[in-house]
Amino acid sequence: MNQELTTEEKAALKSIAKNLETFNKQRGNLIPILQMVQEHLAYLPSEALRMVAEYLEINACEVYGVATFYNQFRFHPPGKHPVKVCLGTACHVRAGDIILENFERKLGIEDGETTADREFSIERVACVGCCALAPVAIIGETVHGHMAPSKVEGLLMRIEIEKDIAKREKEKSESEQT
Amino acid sequence: MTTLENREALRSIRSSFEARLRDSKKKLISLCAGSGCGAYGTAKVYDTLMEQLAEHNLENEVEVKLSGCHGFCEKGPIMVIHPEGIFYPQLKEKHIPDIVENTIKNGDLVKKLIFKDPATKKKITYEKDVPFYKLQQRVIFGNNGIIDPTRIEDYFSVGGYAALEKALFDMSPKEIIDEVKKSGLRGRGGGGFPAGRKWETCAKHHGDRYVICNADEGDPGAYMDRSLLEGNPHSVLEGMIVGAIAVGSNEGYVYVRHEYPLAVTNFSQALESARKYGLLGKNILGTGFDFDIHISRGGGAFVCGESTALMASLEGKPGRPRAKYIHTVEKGFRNNPSMLNNVETWANVPVIINKGSEWYASIGTEGSKGTKIFSLVGKVMNTGLVEVPMGTTLRTIIFDIGGGILKKKKFKAVQTGGPSGGCIPEEFLDLGVDFDELTKVGSMMGSGGMIVMDQDTCMVDVARYFIEFLQDESCGQCNPCREGLKQMLDVLTRICHGHGREGDLELLEELSDMVANASLCGLGTSAPNPVMSNIRYFREEYETHIRDKKCPAGVCKPLFFYEIDQELCTGCTLCAKRCPEEIISGEQKAPHQLEQDKCIKCGICYEACMFDAVVVK
Repeated sequence: MNQELTTEEKAALKSIAKNLETFNKQRGNLIPILQMVQEHLAYLPSEALRMVAEYLEINACEVYGVATFYNQFRFHPPGKHPVKVCLGTACHVRAGDIILENFERKLGIEDGETTADREFSIERVACVGCCALAPVAIIGETVHGHMAPSKVEGLLMRIEIEKDIAKREKEKSESEQT
Repeated sequence: MTTLENREALRSIRSSFEARLRDSKKKLISLCAGSGCGAYGTAKVYDTLMEQLAEHNLENEVEVKLSGCHGFCEKGPIMVIHPEGIFYPQLKEKHIPDIVENTIKNGDLVKKLIFKDPATKKKITYEKDVPFYKLQQRVIFGNNGIIDPTRIEDYFSVGGYAALEKALFDMSPKEIIDEVKKSGLRGRGGGGFPAGRKWETCAKHHGDRYVICNADEGDPGAYMDRSLLEGNPHSVLEGMIVGAIAVGSNEGYVYVRHEYPLAVTNFSQALESARKYGLLGKNILGTGFDFDIHISRGGGAFVCGESTALMASLEGKPGRPRAKYIHTVEKGFRNNPSMLNNVETWANVPVIINKGSEWYASIGTEGSKGTKIFSLVGKVMNTGLVEVPMGTTLRTIIFDIGGGILKKKKFKAVQTGGPSGGCIPEEFLDLGVDFDELTKVGSMMGSGGMIVMDQDTCMVDVARYFIEFLQDESCGQCNPCREGLKQMLDVLTRICHGHGREGDLELLEELSDMVANASLCGLGTSAPNPVMSNIRYFREEYETHIRDKKCPAGVCKPLFFYEIDQELCTGCTLCAKRCPEEIISGEQKAPHQLEQDKCIKCGICYEACMFDAVVVK
């Protein structure tokens, strides 16, 4: 839990501090507060956990205890394109684990890790409630149903291509300006 | 929107919307925006539809509704055009101009878009004739297709909040409880506890009573609660208000999984509009009755589906269950009497109040009344949500409604009841599904997940999967569950990896017995179910894994390999092109070879081959 915070993250901590004020100082608000923090930062750095503990006037270890109990909370920054592979029962019997393996192999990282350039991360999730489309993978916010091992490469490639196009357009508009 | 101050105001607004729906001369296009169809691209279809309607100047002639889940998720995105009920499945943006031009403008069908029944290959035009829907009885789920979940007015138009009116003005709290008791409604969340009895006990205890809705649908493979909250949130809300009147509660909570963002949005909006109409808040309909509901988003923990754990989580603590010497109806949330029911149970309440307990009890079996929504998924042709009367046979659900097994493979088992349920083999296909029958064969109702498995599903792997899930989700406070499940997982993993030993099955049975009898909460006591039922019905498959070190289904990787059948292979080169390791070789139009020692068993060639030439050995 000891990554350096980026400048954006430090700025986000300030707005979190302001947001905290909107919550009553009740123990029952701990989970909603942690959810709010994660919405801002996409994970829970130790600085934020301490801030929450101070605000609610409870021990930091108690905050940590609650945060680690629930699957929702992360302690490492996710990639820009988080890949979530569903391994609910329906996805499992339709070979969701093979989809997970193919993502792991293509990206060279394992479940729970983020690529070195912080572009992709892989996470297995228990069930996203799209069981009829099994097996399911979610990249960013987009749900991809009826996944197949051969679709994995295409999906990742599409993101790369989109990134390239965005980069080229940015360069183009910049050169036009100058 | 004005606050409804009395009974007459509610009546007149409801009948005006009912009349508007009844007398509408407009065509109504209902486009499913549930999570399944949404993932297939409903949003794009909707945008194109609106553009096309504008282009043809039809915006005012046609009403378009983004509805909740219709249930037939396999064929999404789904469009139904009323009043005829024309059914167009699997739509893409490119299909929309045809539909607008032909069906909407000229009243003709677009032949190529009409649904073709995969079983009979017949074309079916109308929704009501589609076999998937025809055999269902959609008491709870039926309105999903015709209402826009974000508009309370749509709920009024199908008779919404009539049960609230009846409960508030025509019935005493005792009469409401009696009605629910007589209906025979049993909790839809898993245990099947009689709801009326729960209500009755809660009402007897003193304190600030709470009404809680359990929407922490944690069973992987089940999503009916999600679809109800997303597609018809007011029905759940109305049920909760009726519950609150019955036990005398002023505050309610809905505990929703954080994985269900659309459910949170739609339910929040439902609360908002109910407050604006004065159906929630202070002095509801001028009766002096106060009630309001808060939403709490769960942090993602399977054990929080257990009532005491859920209440601990609501209090901001880790969701650890406690021993229930004292039930939650007496001392639950904040140590007060708390009445917790599942989403689907709540949605049943308005129906019971409106139509009466007698009518309700006429549906279903001796011990289980009403209908049940099942999420029919896995290796079945028509996946989706299916609502049938209790007592419907597995065969009807899987083969008649579900259309049978994918790719004409052989049915092996159906898993019901989520991770704590069991696998039911072919010999019980004619079993009428209800709470008691499922328990008799070693499974349970659970929240209604039905995962169909075929010859390619390995039963040992399925058991290992559930135990892995459960040991991961075990809260860890009691030894039998925490350590017992870990040991069971070790043994099962060993078997799947080809290191199974003689005596492993007996060891599993012994461990199961211990975990089932000594654990603190429902998660632990029911955790061995998948293993027990599996060994009971598929012992041979376990023995093949242990003795012959083979996985007949081709799932346990160390126990099988892929081979190219030299007679079946046509040399189409597709597998060779797709193989990520480039280890398949051969001339075009000649049988190919696969280098065993380099194969990573990714399954791409198996999926790619169109001639079934890649085989599992």
